[in-house]
Formats: sequence, C-alpha cells, structure tokens
Amino acid sequence: MYGFIWRILPGGRVAKTVQALILIAAVVALLWYVVFPWLEPRLPFNDVTVG
Amino acid sequence: MLITIGLVLILFIAYELWGTGEYTRNAQRDLDRDLKHAWSAPADHIKLADGKGFAVLRIPRFGAKYRFVILQGTSEPILRRGPGHYKGTALPGRRGNFVVSGHRTTYEAPFNKAGELRAGDDIIVDTRYREYVYKVTEKRVVAPTDIAVTYPVPFHRTARPKHALITLTTCHPMYSASHRLIIFGRLAERRVRPGSVGKG
Repeated sequence: MYGFIWRILPGGRVAKTVQALILIAAVVALLWYVVFPWLEPRLPFNDVTVG
Repeated sequence: MLITIGLVLILFIAYELWGTGEYTRNAQRDLDRDLKHAWSAPADHIKLADGKGFAVLRIPRFGAKYRFVILQGTSEPILRRGPGHYKGTALPGRRGNFVVSGHRTTYEAPFNKAGELRAGDDIIVDTRYREYVYKVTEKRVVAPTDIAVTYPVPFHRTARPKHALITLTTCHPMYSASHRLIIFGRLAERRVRPGSVGKG
C-alpha cells in the first residue's frame, strides 16, 4: 500500500517526501477531529454508571 | 496493513487521553461564559435544566486555576462536558447531600486527583449569590451499585438530614470503572460570592 502511494506521487525524492508528510498529516487530522470524536462516545471505554 | 492498524490504535489512545480533554475545555469555556452572563443580572431562583451549568466547583489543593462549571445531570453526554449534579440530590449549601460526579480520566478528568484529597481540604462551590466552603471529611471506595452514598444522610436511607454535605463520586481505580471513589465533605462556611449581582 505504502509502496504504491510512493510510486504514484510525482516528483523527486524530496517532493515525494513532502507530499507523503502532507498526506499523513491530513489522515491524522481527519481521524483526530472527525472520526475519533464521533467514534469515542460509541465505544465502551468510558461507560459511567452513576448510582 | 497491520502496521497501519497499530498506528491508528495508538493514535486513538492518544486521542482518548488528550483529545477528549480539548472537547471538555471547549465545552467548559462556553458553559462558563453562559454562567457569567446569567449571573450578571439578578434572579429570584436557581434555574436547573439538564446539561446547563448552574454552579462552579473549585478545589484549592488542585491549584488556583482549578475551576469547573457543574452541570445539571449525570448522563454520559453531560459528564463529557464537566462534572454533573446527581439529579434529585440537594442543591449547593442546602441541608442534605449535594452529589457531584465526574470523570477520573479522559475528558479533562475533573476528579483525576480526587484520591489526593485529605480530610479538612476545602471544596468550594460558587452559586449565583453564595460561596459554599465544604471541608473534606472522608474518603471511601465502594461498588458502582452502592447508591447509599447519595442518600441525604449517606448510608442511612430514611434518616432526615441535619447537615449540608457534599459528595464527589468518580471512577476507581483510574482507567477502570470497577469501583467508585467517594469523597465526603461537610459545609463549613457560607459567604457572599464576591462580585455577585443582586440581593441574594
């Protein structure tokens, strides 16, 4: 998967590295700000039973 | 692919520990603003609505900056935004038991350090006109099903309350929900809240 992405990114090694970092940042941001906040309340890790 | 799954899981754990706090900080900022606005004009009675802030909790042992708006109710969405008042229990400063629940870990963990409280420590609750100073009396670990800690006189189901008490409840041990850590306190002093507007 990563090899495939690396091959289709245009430019030289430096350009590929920069693009790869941007892609990683985008994925992390999507997970952190959209996916995880949606997912977290649906998981049982924080179940609080009061009383 | 397995490496990717591993990295995403690690990121999710990081989110649980630190990202959820940001959610609570934002919620608390909004609640604090709403409460200050509501308190800037006099009113006759405390209005309680589910998920709305109505008091402020301060615990000097946790630092001068320690300050959480207490919300009405203890549902999960409410506790994600801050400590919650167990509905049906006494109001701050009133005779009976003012019961407040909060996260021990994640979501800014208002009661993270509850285990460090010592007998005699101040727990301060600000309301529109008053500042109630409770002193910690006792710490206990109970089963999650032990609702006797929320009785007007804890552990005495039918006793009529003579004192104004506060009870903080949170998860125990940390990162687990197998038990509850309970902090009991008793009202020691009531003062006019500095800056309060109106008669009180």
